[in-house]
Amino acid sequence: MIYETLKLALQAIRRNVLRSFLTLLGIVIGVGAVIAMVTIGNGTTAKIEEQMSKLGSNLLFVIPGQLGPRRASATAQPFDARDVDALRDQLRNVQAVAPVSSSSKTIVFGSENRSVTVIGTDNGYFTTQALDITDGRQFLDSELRGGQAVCLIGETVREKLFGSLNPVGATIRVDTVSCDVIGLLAAKGQSGFGQDQDDVVLMPLRTFQRRLAGNSDIGRIYVSAATKDETAKVQKDIEWLLRERRRITAGKDDDFAVADMQQIISAQTATTSSMTILLGAVAGVSLLVGGIGIMNIMLVSVTERTREIGIRLAIGATENQVLMQFLVEAVVLSLIGGVSGVVLGLGLAGTAVGLMRIPFILDADIVLLAFGFSALIGVVFGYFPARRAAHLNPIEALRHE
Amino acid sequence: MATDPPLIAFDAVTKSYGTGEALVHALAGVDLRIDEGEFVAIMGPSGSGKSTCMNIIGSLDTPSSGSYRFKGVDVGTLNRDQLALLRRHYLGFVFQGFNLLARTTAVENVELPLIYRGMRAAERRERALQALESVGLADRATHTPNELSGGQQQRVAIARAIVTDPYVLLADEPTGNVDTKTSVAIMELLARLNADRGITILMVTHEPDMAEYAQRIIQFRDGLIDSDARNGKVSA
Repeated sequence: MIYETLKLALQAIRRNVLRSFLTLLGIVIGVGAVIAMVTIGNGTTAKIEEQMSKLGSNLLFVIPGQLGPRRASATAQPFDARDVDALRDQLRNVQAVAPVSSSSKTIVFGSENRSVTVIGTDNGYFTTQALDITDGRQFLDSELRGGQAVCLIGETVREKLFGSLNPVGATIRVDTVSCDVIGLLAAKGQSGFGQDQDDVVLMPLRTFQRRLAGNSDIGRIYVSAATKDETAKVQKDIEWLLRERRRITAGKDDDFAVADMQQIISAQTATTSSMTILLGAVAGVSLLVGGIGIMNIMLVSVTERTREIGIRLAIGATENQVLMQFLVEAVVLSLIGGVSGVVLGLGLAGTAVGLMRIPFILDADIVLLAFGFSALIGVVFGYFPARRAAHLNPIEALRHE
Repeated sequence: MATDPPLIAFDAVTKSYGTGEALVHALAGVDLRIDEGEFVAIMGPSGSGKSTCMNIIGSLDTPSSGSYRFKGVDVGTLNRDQLALLRRHYLGFVFQGFNLLARTTAVENVELPLIYRGMRAAERRERALQALESVGLADRATHTPNELSGGQQQRVAIARAIVTDPYVLLADEPTGNVDTKTSVAIMELLARLNADRGITILMVTHEPDMAEYAQRIIQFRDGLIDSDARNGKVSA
């Protein structure tokens, strides 16, 4: 009997392929969106975590303002060179300290130009970021002190500007400054946030401040503790030292933040998960609309097939059998939508994951959930039309033209 | 009194539709006995109550008052599911408009009542083919209704009605939509089913020629039985 009912449902769906397909679209898009979103989200999170862990767990970020989506870094006072000196001189158990200021600038070589992230820093940057130099050298002390126009370039910059030429020894123009290329950075790939980490130019902090930024501000400071175990203590020391230097009285909140990788990751995932919830809600609405579509089409189907229902009732079908027939049809319809949605979602996620170079992480729970939810939609929205069919008066149904 | 109750027994059955001024008495208190094995023609002008009577006998409709007993069981006390089972196991229907499922082959149409009996597919197919054979359509089993003539469609409908071996075959103007020659073939088929298999046949018709095939002719008028006579022309 179950087999017969299934067969019947498939027949009914096949009779109206186009209509069934259009009905399904809502479910397909809803389920597909959920699956794609969650899969891409998982991949992104995994990628962020992987990259963060590569940087090492003994790295600390010091930024003005507060951490998180609503940080007030624009109003908080930036750091300056004396802060960096103080950190370097007074902290113990520290491997390296790197001041960082950056902004987006246009660089030119020959007839090529490109907008890149220009970072002003010192040699501590290479240690804290675990960054290797494939060709050329680090900054000389004299270059750092004198604010000379030298730079190291990332792999993407080399590829786009120099092609097959050797960049080391060449001169590029960074905004208005002519700059000698002294080294090439090892490729790092995309960051967890989707930025190309190789599309950068590094120059001495002082050069950046004087000739590009026109101030002596330092946007952030990287500190790497000597060992992982000492990270928490170093973090405390930095907080104490900077409160002192920035004259923050007891009881007042910090106007800067010191965060380790884990804290940065949680701040980032908080943003990601609120995005996921928002997008999930949109997908949920789409599923609801899909369900209403199914109900509509099932009502049409019941009206269209009133006579058929009359015949079935006349030859001995019980109410339950007619109810099951239409309910199963609705569920089969929405399950087909669910399966197509899963396929579509995974396909989309697969493509996006490939483009974004993030790992493809299949969450079986969400696939099952989306699948089960689409079946539930079939039951919920199919029940009303099915009940209507089952309650038809056989004589009236038979007279229906 | 007979030991067996009659197959169909109406006692003061009324049926009215509408309310107030628009109240219509389709049946105004009908008493009727039909025994197993009879071939009964029900005649009468439109609105005389003959179709309402058939619908009540077929348990597709319920009386407003009075009682209808089928094999001694008061049908008025049955719920919708029990009525469905009554139809499924004891009754077969043939309609004026054939009422076959479109885009469904003849044999699948005939199988339909057996599906609701939960019969296994192989046995179902065999019985459906037998039924088609008995109406002379074995070679049309895989045709869909729109590939069949009116007479063939009606014979498929008859096959569907008898595939369950019903006690009663209810035919509502079975020849209403077919030509005279085909009508004769269908009437001969019904008469043969009555004679050979002992199926009780109730047939609504307004063609006297067709009524002549029945053993008993009941005339309806204004919701009441006007006349109820044995048909002298049928020797059996």
